[in-house]
Amino acid sequence: MAGPMKMRATLAGGNTAAVHTEIRVLMTHPMTTAQMKEGLHHIQNVVVKQNGKVVVEAEISQAVSRNPVFSFRLKGGAKGDKIEVSWLDNKGESNKIETAVA
Amino acid sequence: MRSCFLLCGVLACTPLFAQDTKKEIQKYQQMIADGSPVELFELEGEALWKKAQGPKNVSLEKCDLGQGAGVLKGAYARLPRYFKDADRVMDLETRLLHCMTTLQGRSREEATKRVFGNENQPSEMEVLSAYVAAESRGAKLAAGTSHPREKEAYELGKALFFHRAGGWDMSCASCHGEEGKRIRMQDLPVLSKREFARPIMATWPAYRVSNSQFKTMQWRINDCYRQMRYPEPSFASDATIALNTFLTVTAAGEPYRGPGTKR
Repeated sequence: MAGPMKMRATLAGGNTAAVHTEIRVLMTHPMTTAQMKEGLHHIQNVVVKQNGKVVVEAEISQAVSRNPVFSFRLKGGAKGDKIEVSWLDNKGESNKIETAVA
Repeated sequence: MRSCFLLCGVLACTPLFAQDTKKEIQKYQQMIADGSPVELFELEGEALWKKAQGPKNVSLEKCDLGQGAGVLKGAYARLPRYFKDADRVMDLETRLLHCMTTLQGRSREEATKRVFGNENQPSEMEVLSAYVAAESRGAKLAAGTSHPREKEAYELGKALFFHRAGGWDMSCASCHGEEGKRIRMQDLPVLSKREFARPIMATWPAYRVSNSQFKTMQWRINDCYRQMRYPEPSFASDATIALNTFLTVTAAGEPYRGPGTKR
């Protein structure tokens, strides 16, 4: 079973043209490399959705640390936007978390 | 900047470098605290706190940590303290163990089978400590000092802190008794002094970045004894609780801001 995730999404930049959405997300994952006795087990894909629309698609390698934290900065956005972050690892396990922009 | 350092004499540069190193370490500490997985352990701990377990199939939600059954707010900051029902001074893990054996009806053997976890699987004590301690953020450290047994624990802890024994004839004070000492990059706080004990006790239990594990205070004391080549102290023993009491009382008044993140 995949361990917990935690996410914060906030609107930054006020009412200026530079308004953007800051996302910070923590994931529980062993992220073991091929050299470790546990064998290769790492997050492969991370997808960020804003109101259901895919805005970030990332490919992650074994080089990323255990229990990683990612942050994303999206142009624009508004309070209440639904942000969903999901991951899929090389063993087919996955998890996702959803939050509204505060 | 670099070439300027090369130009000045070695002696003149030393304090400058020392200050720079300190600043860089501080920067590093800030970076690891931002985005620390501590919150993930807190979430796991919360789930375990609410999970029905043991022969009685109940959760720990009714566990009394000193502020009443199930009260978590500020409870950790007031430990260790004397508990009448157990007639003993207890720290967090000892109290959790008490609740596991009384509320959940588990045997001491089963509940203490795996008190220290590893990077692949944290122990119950570790995730529960993360959750309970986090509920004390902002509360001032105020371990019990009024009950005679609490005073006794403090005095015993103090004596243990300075007591030399073991294969290398060491005491806690051998490393933590003199200002300005360090092991590699790690400053050694003089834990018998208030100003040093405060920031340390306010940030344990803690997540250690170097081995991806969440560590409890019982583990910290256990590992210090291992490093001093003593026999291993028993988990939740009077000696470990007494040391914890001495350290926490010395740090009294500091607002709790853990669970921390350490190198």
